[in-house]
Parts: sequence; structure tokens; C-alpha cells
Amino acid sequence: MRKEGVIRVIFFAAALISIVISVLIVFSLVREAWTFISKVEWATLWSTGWFPRRNLFDVKTLFVGTLITTAIAMIVAAPLGLGAAVYLSEYARPGLRKVLKPMLEILAGIPSVVLGFFALTFIAPEILQKIFTGSPQSTLLAAGIGVGILTIPLVAAIGEDALRSVPTTLREASAGMGARKVTTTIKVVIPAAISGLVAAFIVAISRAIGETMVVFIAAGGSGGSLFSTAALEPGTTMTAAMATQAAGSDAVAGAELAFASLFFVGLLLFLVTFGLNLIAGRFVRSVRQQY
Amino acid sequence: MPPSETGAQSTSQPSHGTATETNPSHGAEVRFVPGHTADNDGQPHPPVFRVKDLNVFYGDFLAVRDVTLEVDAHQVTAFIGPSGCGKTTVLRCFNRMNDLIDSARVEGTLDYHGVDLYDPQVNPVEVRRRIGMVFQKPNPFPKSIYDNIAFGPKVASIEGDMDEIVEGSLKRAGLWDEVKNRLKDSAMGLSGGQQQRLCIARALAVDPEVILMDEPCSALDPIATGRIEDLMDEIKEHYTIVIVTHNMQQAARVSDRTAFFTAEVNEVSDTRTGILVEYDTTEQMFSNPSDERTENYVTGRFG
Amino acid sequence: MALTSPLHLTTTDAVRQNLTRGGSDTKGIVFRTLLQLALLITIVVLFVLLLDIITGSISVFTSRFQGFMSAGLQSQPEEAGVFQGLRGSFWIGMTVVLVTFPIGVGSAIYLEEYARNSRLSRFIDLNIRNLAGVPSVVYGILGLTIMVGTLERITGGRSTISGALTIAILVLPIVIITGAEAIRAVPDSLREAGYGVGATKWEVVRSHVLPYAAPGILTGTVLSLARALGEAAPLILVGAVTGRLASQAGMLDTSQLTDRFTAMPIVITQWASQPNPDFRALTSAAIVVLLAVVLIANTAAILLRNHYEKKRVR
Repeated sequence: MRKEGVIRVIFFAAALISIVISVLIVFSLVREAWTFISKVEWATLWSTGWFPRRNLFDVKTLFVGTLITTAIAMIVAAPLGLGAAVYLSEYARPGLRKVLKPMLEILAGIPSVVLGFFALTFIAPEILQKIFTGSPQSTLLAAGIGVGILTIPLVAAIGEDALRSVPTTLREASAGMGARKVTTTIKVVIPAAISGLVAAFIVAISRAIGETMVVFIAAGGSGGSLFSTAALEPGTTMTAAMATQAAGSDAVAGAELAFASLFFVGLLLFLVTFGLNLIAGRFVRSVRQQY
Repeated sequence: MPPSETGAQSTSQPSHGTATETNPSHGAEVRFVPGHTADNDGQPHPPVFRVKDLNVFYGDFLAVRDVTLEVDAHQVTAFIGPSGCGKTTVLRCFNRMNDLIDSARVEGTLDYHGVDLYDPQVNPVEVRRRIGMVFQKPNPFPKSIYDNIAFGPKVASIEGDMDEIVEGSLKRAGLWDEVKNRLKDSAMGLSGGQQQRLCIARALAVDPEVILMDEPCSALDPIATGRIEDLMDEIKEHYTIVIVTHNMQQAARVSDRTAFFTAEVNEVSDTRTGILVEYDTTEQMFSNPSDERTENYVTGRFG
Repeated sequence: MALTSPLHLTTTDAVRQNLTRGGSDTKGIVFRTLLQLALLITIVVLFVLLLDIITGSISVFTSRFQGFMSAGLQSQPEEAGVFQGLRGSFWIGMTVVLVTFPIGVGSAIYLEEYARNSRLSRFIDLNIRNLAGVPSVVYGILGLTIMVGTLERITGGRSTISGALTIAILVLPIVIITGAEAIRAVPDSLREAGYGVGATKWEVVRSHVLPYAAPGILTGTVLSLARALGEAAPLILVGAVTGRLASQAGMLDTSQLTDRFTAMPIVITQWASQPNPDFRALTSAAIVVLLAVVLIANTAAILLRNHYEKKRVR
């Protein structure tokens, strides 16, 4: 029995490690972020742009950049992902599903650096620059589309799960009253699965906000960013700004707060995604309660 | 008997509220239909359904074979027999619900007022608006009580005051008094028996001619079951009801005619195929059945 | 109900006319087509992406495959290769297998087999789900602060092991969640059979639960490995090298663990950002190498899961 006790403690310790990780994450963020918050001149938080090495910390530049890329990503991912989800759940024959689902899973497995490269070297020159002649190669639009493509499998997977969890008997009830399949799908199945579909959407937004490399490679903005709301311009997001800051050389004179700014942005990012994930979790729970 | 015609060629649906002679809460009304008269006048009328040599396959598997029977109007017809004999399969043929299963295939004829239901030109959606269904486990939509009932009429583009239609259907299903003050509440909050009556009201709301019931009381307690049996008795003068039931006593209580099914075991393929053993008035089936298998079943010697 | 509803006209002709109307279901056809279009566009994008990158990489593979695989980072595209990236990625993968796998599976076993449904265990579960949703850059911050900062004496600062441990921590929640799901799927009857013959909890877990859950657990590990190999952002934060990397250590040489490092996704990022167009083919080639490993891992996981699902017919 001694051995049983020891084994139990070992496994318990393993489980506790995840709590340690959370604590360390919060600690890492807060310590340096606090340095930033306590030392920064508040005026610099509202300036012409995000140029940390020049002591210009206009946070809204980053917010707007994140907002634009996330919005573009959702415009791409929501219809394509939900459309795929509805088709796979309600219309596709089992044979077709067996072929299509793995394809979505392959797309899900493609690393974000690959999408970033694709956005920069294909989407921008072959598509965007041909439609919007004269636009630069590195744009938030290209990056946003790349993030959107990355997110489609996530929306499709969670959405499909939500739709499949609607009991078949509801579809039968609807059909039994003389409703056509499209009516059953739109007026019965989708409303019944709405909590799960909303959760899918929120998780996708959270993932898009947290995406770094696509923006880092495809959106330019590596020297810093002027505040701008144009999607067809280079830009940066909260995540890419952090990576840019870390990738630059660290010993630069007169830029003491530049290093700490990285943590400040990281803390904001963490809070936003954490909040979104909590909200999404609420929606998933309400799906389970219903059935 | 003067037939009342809105014109057989008319393509618009009448509104539920217009016929002034109708008050859904007041029970008995006489319907004048060309070629068809109310039951209590003693005249013969053609059957609603005529089934001949019906065989249903799921893929290669023959689920039920050689079913021949007729279902008459304004009667309750019961299908009884042990599980796995194809009763539900045959029932679901009457409203083309088996279409929803990819591998299902139907051979033989199934006529509804002389029209072959499986004629390629027949639209299953239209079939199901005239032949409604209530399922074994109550399956209300996760919407309000009102929206559950209103769903069918909206989908079928039935014109009329939706409030009246909802109220009429709920009254006819015997649920109005219990829910009239909470129509906007979610249907999921009702008890099992109430939910099933809601499902019946929902089916009634599209004004079908036939109501198919697939073991409607098997998930309910005895009191709720009793209420639904009473309901069947009340509404059968306006509708034709076909019910599948495991409960012999229920069949004896509510039905006018009873069909007894059993399963043939195929030793070679290790499968069971349903067959119709006997079909007669309920009184005959339970007191003086012709087939020994029927007698064994109804006297409880097996099943 | 209505007296005069045509629904109740029962002459055969009237009924036939009623039942055969309805026309074509245009709304339904349009809807279905839109759905198919959504799926089609997605698949086409996937194929265009793969095709574009593969065709872009062919020139490198046909002209200097050997050199490409064995050279390190150079400023001249004709001389640069992915070896250093492969090296770093190899150690990241190793660390995931050696560190994440045991801790992850151990946590999963604890949560599913040993934990009473207490507030603590539910808190741990919630915590893990939150960790799964944290952006990868934030894990980079963790790496920067702890691995590079606090533990500098052990890790050597901005080193291979720092990067590897950061990624190992990042994918830990995936292993725990998929492992817990696999263990939860083990039917209780199996456990009861074990307890019934007098086995202890650990004996039941080891000889009944784990073997049954093994395919699912394995699927989770392989998926987490594929994810780990594709991550770049945390490595940037931890100080992966993007220019020239001095270390010429061999693949298995452990001395590099405490030295500066790079990894395949970082190499790709660096080359993708080069203005010199000759780097484009190089980047494509590096991506092909990375994708080959990642896609093989993902496909293996998918096949494993499908086979496993087929066996356990529910």
C-alpha cells in the first residue's frame, strides 16, 4: 500500500505542475508589466504610433491593428468554417465525410509560419495586388486573410460538434411536419445548436487575436507602426509587436522601457484572450445543459 | 349530401379562422367532403390507406415483407406485436419518413386515397403535411410553447391568425388550460406527458388528415398515458389515427382495428423479417383471433 | 379546424394534385450549393497553398539537396541550409517526448483515476483548459522570464533547452486534455473487473486502463508533437537566432543544449523576410521539409484515431 501512496503523490505532483505554470505565466507578465506601468509617462500611451525604442507607446495602434486583422480573419473564417460545418453535419454522405474531414485536419496542422509565407508571396502579389493595384505587398489585409485561413478548421470542427449534438429526433419532428431539409436545417437545427456555434466563433476570435507569425511575416510593420486604420497598409498587432520587440537587439540606448513594454502588451493580450475563453466556456456549458 | 367545395382546383390554403361554423373548443362538427361522409351515417367509405404486398429493405436486409392491409377513416388502427417486427418500419412508410434513411427501399404499393405515395412525382414534403407523426420520446423543439405549435403552420404557409391556430391546437390536444398563461415559456420546461401532448398539438396545427403515432406513451407514466388515450378517443372523429404500441391493453382500449405483426427468423442469414399475421377488428383480435400466433400473443403466452 | 380545407378533399384526383405540387426546391438547392462552395473554397485554398510551395521548392531539391540539408545558416542563399534548424527542432521534439509526455499523461491519470470530484481537481481541470487557450507568445514570455532569466545558470540563458522547455510547456495542455479524454473513454466495466479480482488502483490502471487508452493517448502526443514543431513565436521571445549561428555541433551533440539555437520555423521566418528573391525558393524548400514531418505526424495521428474508433465500436 505504501507504493500506492507514492504513486498517487507522483501523479498528483504532475497535475499540480499545470497550476505552477499558470502562476508563473501571471508572474512573468505582471512583474515586468508593472515596471512598465509604474515608469511610463502616461502621455506616451497616446501618441502618433507604436515606436517603443523612441518611447512612443501608442497602445491603440496595436489594438486597432489586432482588431483589423481579427475582423478580416473572421470575415474569411466564419462563413467558410460554418458553411463547412453545416455541410459536413447535415448534408454530406458518410463516404464524403471521411474524405473531407481529414482534409480540414490537414489544414489545421499547417504551421502558422507557412501561412504567413503564403500570404506574403502568393495572396499579396497574385491576388490582392492585382485587385487593388498599387497596394504594398505587406498589408494587414494579406495577414488577416492568412489568419482567417488558419482559423477555418477550428470553426468547422467546433461548429460541426455543436450541430451533431442536436438530437436526430428534432430533425425527424421537423421533417414529419412537412418541412424541407433547408427549413429544418435553418429553422430547427442551427437555432438548437446556437450556443455551440457562438462558442466556436468566440474561440476562433480568441485564436485569431493570439496569432503572431502570420502577421509578423506578412504585415510588415517591423520598425514600428504609425496609427492607421487602413487595411491595405503595413501594420502590426499586439502579438507581432511583441515578437518584433523581442527579435530586435536588446541593448539600445535610451530605450529602457522598450523591453518592459513587451510585457505590458503581453499582459493586455493575456487578459483579453482569457476573458474571451471564459465567455466561450459559458456557452459550451449551456449546450451541454440543454441535452 | 351537399358537398361543400372551395373548389378542388384551388391552390391557396384556407385560413383557419374563417369558417364560422367552426369553434375548435366545441368538439363535434360535421365535415362534408366529396366522396366521403362522416362515420355515423352508416354509409360505406373508401379506405384512407391501401397497402398491398409492401416490402421494406434496409440495404439488402428485408425488414418487413408482404404486408397487405387497409386503414379506414376516422378510426384508430393499432399495430401490435413484439419488438423488431417491423411495425414502426411500416408506420414510417405511411408518411415517407423512411426516405430519411439512405439505405431504405420500399417495394409494393401504398395508396393514399388512391394515389401511390411512392410515385416519383409525389412530393414527400406535401405528404407529411397531410399525414402527421408523433414520436416515441417527446421531441419538442427547444423553443417556446407558442413557437413549437406555430412552426408547422409557418412552414406550410398556412394563413390565418397564428394566435388562434395555436390556441385551437392546444385545446384540441387538451393542453391549453395548463399552458395558456405561459405560451412564451420554453417547451423544455414541461413534464413528459405535457411535452407529448404538445407534440400532438404541434402535429395537429398543420391540420393533417392522418396522425401516425409511434409508441407515443412508452416514455410516459400511467396517468399521462391515460390522458393521451382519452385524447385519441376525442380526436378520432376528426382524424384517422394509426398507432404502433407495445402495450396490448392499450390497443384493446383505444383501437377499432388491430394488426398483429411478428418476426420470422431466417436461420441462414441470422436475421428477422417482420410479417403481418392477422388484421381484424379489435374485438375479434382479442376475443376470437383466427391465427394461433395471435392468440398466443394476446393471451400473453409469449412476447 | 377548418371545414373546407382542401386537405380533406379526398377524391383521388384532388389528392394527387395536392401531393404532386411543390415544384423545385430552389431555396434548398441554393443553400446546399452555398455550403458546398464554402467547403470547396477551403479545399482549393489548401491545394493551392501546397502546390505553390512545393513547386517553389523543386529547384532547391533538384540542384543541391545534399548541401541544403547539411549546411547551416548563411547569408548567401546558394550556401544556406536547414541543418541547424533541423537540429534545434530535433531537440525540441525530444524534449516534448521526454518531458511533456510523462507529465501530461501523469496529470491525465491523476485527474481521471485518482482525483475525487473535489474543488481542487475541478480547478485543475479548468486551469488546464484555460492554459490551452493562452496565445503562444505569452508562453514565450514565460520562457523568457523563467528559462532565460531565473534559471539561467542551468539552461545557459537563450539556449536550445530554454526554447525546448518553453515549447514543451506550451503543448502540455494538449497532451493532458487528449489523454484525459482517452482515459475517460475506458468503460467502467473494465475497471470493475480489475478491482473485482483484488487488484490495487495502480495495478488496474497499469494493466487495464492504460493499455485500452493507449491509442488515444498516443494520438494526443503525436498531435502535440506536430504542433510543437511548428511553433515560432515563443522561440523568438526566448532568443532564437535569426542571423548566423556559430555552433557547428552535430545532431545529437548535447553540448548545444546550452548554446544559442534556432529551429525550423525560425529559419523559415527569417528566410521569408529576406528581400533577396533567391531566398524564396529556399524558404519553400525549408517549408517542405517542415511540412513533411508535421503532416506525417498529423496523418499518423488521424489514422491512429480512426483505427482506434473502428475497433471500439460503441
